[in-house]
Amino acid sequence: MIIAIVMGAAAGVVSGLLGVGGGILFVPALTLALSLSQVTAEATSLLAIIPVALVGAARQHRYGNVEVRDGVALGALSAVGVLAGVGLANLLPERALKLSFAGLMLIVAGQFLRRYWRARRATDEYSSRP
Amino acid sequence: MPRARVLKLAFTGTAAGLFSGLFGVGGGTVIVPLLVLWLGYDERTATGTSLSAIVVIAAMATITQGAFGNVELAKGLLVGLPAVGGVLLGTWAQQRVRTETISLLFALLLLAVAIDLVLS
Repeated sequence: MIIAIVMGAAAGVVSGLLGVGGGILFVPALTLALSLSQVTAEATSLLAIIPVALVGAARQHRYGNVEVRDGVALGALSAVGVLAGVGLANLLPERALKLSFAGLMLIVAGQFLRRYWRARRATDEYSSRP
Repeated sequence: MPRARVLKLAFTGTAAGLFSGLFGVGGGTVIVPLLVLWLGYDERTATGTSLSAIVVIAAMATITQGAFGNVELAKGLLVGLPAVGGVLLGTWAQQRVRTETISLLFALLLLAVAIDLVLS
């Protein structure tokens, strides 16, 4: 139970830092530490995400980091996507889909690394000027 | 709002939902990259706006999953409440690091998501 609480707190930190729900830690906390099945854990993780995202969004709003109209539009439109996704999941081979998505995530990770390096280099050039 | 921007937002929202429905991998890993790399958001505004979208997404999804009887309230709160403390710390810390550090950490998160998908 303590492991679940610690993993929950860690999920919150990741959520606040990176703007994600924290499911990547909530789901293993629920399956491994609280012995829920994968399906129940994924569903229960969604419940845990609500207060986290709500408090995180409220804090970020106070820091001036939320485009409220865009956020609500994104959330509402995702409903259409969820329905399509659930439908497609039953039609397409799951393993191939997961591997393709994982590959896509790696490409995007590379884009973020490039962004990091470019910003670092710009900072270095600036600070090394005479 | 310019039409191209509305279309990009519509695509981003739909894509986030699509992958949530397909893998249960949440909206944030899709929304943040598209906002930063495609819509020109800075890292902080992208993550903040993503969280506001996730409130809507998670609420709708919880209601749906709850109707199927898949949500365990007590265990959800057991991990969710400590996470509220975590998110206060995370958002606080995020205001105090360099913008590009957020990009670096996000790249590591995507790597973890990719590994998780391959192993599951």
